[in-house]
Amino acid sequence: MSADFLNTDPRNNDPRNNDPRDQDPRDVYSENADPGNAGRKYKGVVFGLILLVATLALVAVGTLWPNQEDSGVAEPNAKFIISASSPQDAVNNVLQQIARREWDSAYELLGNKSEFSETEFKSDLMGEYGSLRSYAMLNQFDLQPLHATADQAVVRAHLLWSSVVGTFEDSRDLRVVKNGRRWEVNWPIVKEVRVPPQVIPVNYLRWDVIYRGPEDDWGAQDVEAPHVRIVAMHPVDRAGEVILMGELLNEDVVPAFVTVKAALLDHNGAALGTEDAFDKISHVLLPKQVTPFRIDFHNVRMSQVDSVRMQPSSNLVPASADPVIGIESQKLNPLPDASLTGQLVNQSGQVVNVAHVIATFYDGGGQIVWVADQYPSRALLPGTPVPFQISLPADISNKAKTFRVVSTTYISSRIQ
Amino acid sequence: MTARILLSCALVMMLAHLSAAQPELRFPAKVEAGTAFSVPTSSSGAATLYIVGPGDALERKVQPGEEISFGTDDLHNAGHYLAVLTSGSSSQVAQFDVIASHQPASLSFLAKPSRLPVNRENGISGVAYIFDIFGNLVMKPEDVAFQLAEATGGAQSRNAISHDGVAFVQMNSATKAGAAQFQAKLDSVHATRVVEQVPGDPCSIRMTAHPGAGQRVVLQTDPVRDCNGNPVPDGTIVSFTETYEGRVSTVDVPLKRGVAQTELPAENGALISAAAGVVLGNEIRWSGR
Repeated sequence: MSADFLNTDPRNNDPRNNDPRDQDPRDVYSENADPGNAGRKYKGVVFGLILLVATLALVAVGTLWPNQEDSGVAEPNAKFIISASSPQDAVNNVLQQIARREWDSAYELLGNKSEFSETEFKSDLMGEYGSLRSYAMLNQFDLQPLHATADQAVVRAHLLWSSVVGTFEDSRDLRVVKNGRRWEVNWPIVKEVRVPPQVIPVNYLRWDVIYRGPEDDWGAQDVEAPHVRIVAMHPVDRAGEVILMGELLNEDVVPAFVTVKAALLDHNGAALGTEDAFDKISHVLLPKQVTPFRIDFHNVRMSQVDSVRMQPSSNLVPASADPVIGIESQKLNPLPDASLTGQLVNQSGQVVNVAHVIATFYDGGGQIVWVADQYPSRALLPGTPVPFQISLPADISNKAKTFRVVSTTYISSRIQ
Repeated sequence: MTARILLSCALVMMLAHLSAAQPELRFPAKVEAGTAFSVPTSSSGAATLYIVGPGDALERKVQPGEEISFGTDDLHNAGHYLAVLTSGSSSQVAQFDVIASHQPASLSFLAKPSRLPVNRENGISGVAYIFDIFGNLVMKPEDVAFQLAEATGGAQSRNAISHDGVAFVQMNSATKAGAAQFQAKLDSVHATRVVEQVPGDPCSIRMTAHPGAGQRVVLQTDPVRDCNGNPVPDGTIVSFTETYEGRVSTVDVPLKRGVAQTELPAENGALISAAAGVVLGNEIRWSGR
């Protein structure tokens, strides 16, 4: 190929120099032998060069000014970490590593590693003692810049975790500091409280049950099922669906495992739908204990309903009277962030892995207007307050005047 | 079993063809279960006797003029029986009843409920089914004595005449809690069940408060009793509620050794109350002392 694209000598490009007599006879089959073909070749090369330059320019722009969108979806398969050239990038990088449960990588990206160990960092995020966090995954996060200067910024991260009982949110205000050309996140560590080694005597009552055996005479009585009673019930029409709420009392002297089933009937007595209170109820009731319940009927409108058939049921189950959970500093917070907040205090000596808080809200006349619940993400250690927050719909918050909160506990050593 | 049913059906169909004019076997109209008896026959040749009843089907070869004897173990299920004696083309038919033995041998006693609060009028029901030694319901009226012996030593007694093998009474639960022995007795036969009579709802709850360690107030109830003076069982939940400046603290505490005790934040001016189920206790305005 005789075309020398690197030849910049103008004389070589001067058409006047294109004397046919100067042509090498060996180039009789070269492109220069056909002036039209050589022109097309030249244009193609120029086009290729333009594409190359444009690609390099776009890569450079993408690197220098990356996408600064303030929300992200945690992607476990994401491998690429962009350089932390902005506060949001830095936070995004850390959160992506957390979502992948790459604790060491996330820890390495932090700017305040000297303040805590990787183990403490992991405990902050995953919790301890088999709490709800231990089995949760960071599913999504939103970033909200709160403050920024040339060398530091504050970014609020709303973390949405998914767990076996639904999602829970965690909000952290992250201080991001510029270190050279790189931004680093200072993680606001929440250190897990440690309970000092001690012996806590516990002598709460426990009930065990011996049921009738197959060899017993048919006339021999079995243990009586606990007597339970619905002491309040209120159906509401909300967002085009029917919600039944109420309270159930164990009026017996033995513990009961309770469920409430309800059927909505139309004018002809036909069932429009049958549902039960699945997790909006405290299933184990000690003697004289009251639980709220809530049953949601999707796809049924109140105008269709003529009557409601309630079926509370109870079974005698082995149970323990501990742990005792104090629910302290309960407070109704007004709009715009209408919620019920408080804190749980484990007054017993056993660690509660997962707690469930159910709140009943009443109007000024004592009528139930809402039942809502929340699972705090941290384990309840003896004597250690754990906050909870139950959100309230805006319309309900205006009606709710009083409330009542109960808690249920799950202890892994008792789940066999 | 299937063969017996088929045999029964075949015999019933055969009967439909037999004329009333044919000679009948002379079975007694009623036979007590478990008794021996015999029946004379008038067949002229060798014959076969079939007996079909509830749960029983018998086949006997009968020689001419021979009496048919039944032992004490042959017929013991009470009910209506059919006997057919066939000899060649002729048949003789009889129907008779086997009734329960006159001697009651066992009682099946249903006592409900097995657990109920004290002082409930007619709260306890007892139903006794009278059976003979073969498990037949004794249909003739019998006088069954029921007795509810309380843990404190007192007892209630009532008698009931059985109808169609069943005697029924209702009893009141005692005012004192405890396990009562509920017995049904007929002659030398008896059956016993245990009915647990438990305290009722708390009659009143009285709570006291005193300062605890570290800005806490210690709350404790007096021993909680029902309206009959029975101590409410341990494990019963007492709910303590403290209200202070729009904040509420609650704790559900099980009774332990008759009392409920807990701690809540000590807030001067806080209103503290206690309740168990639907029963409310006293209120305390905490003033730091």
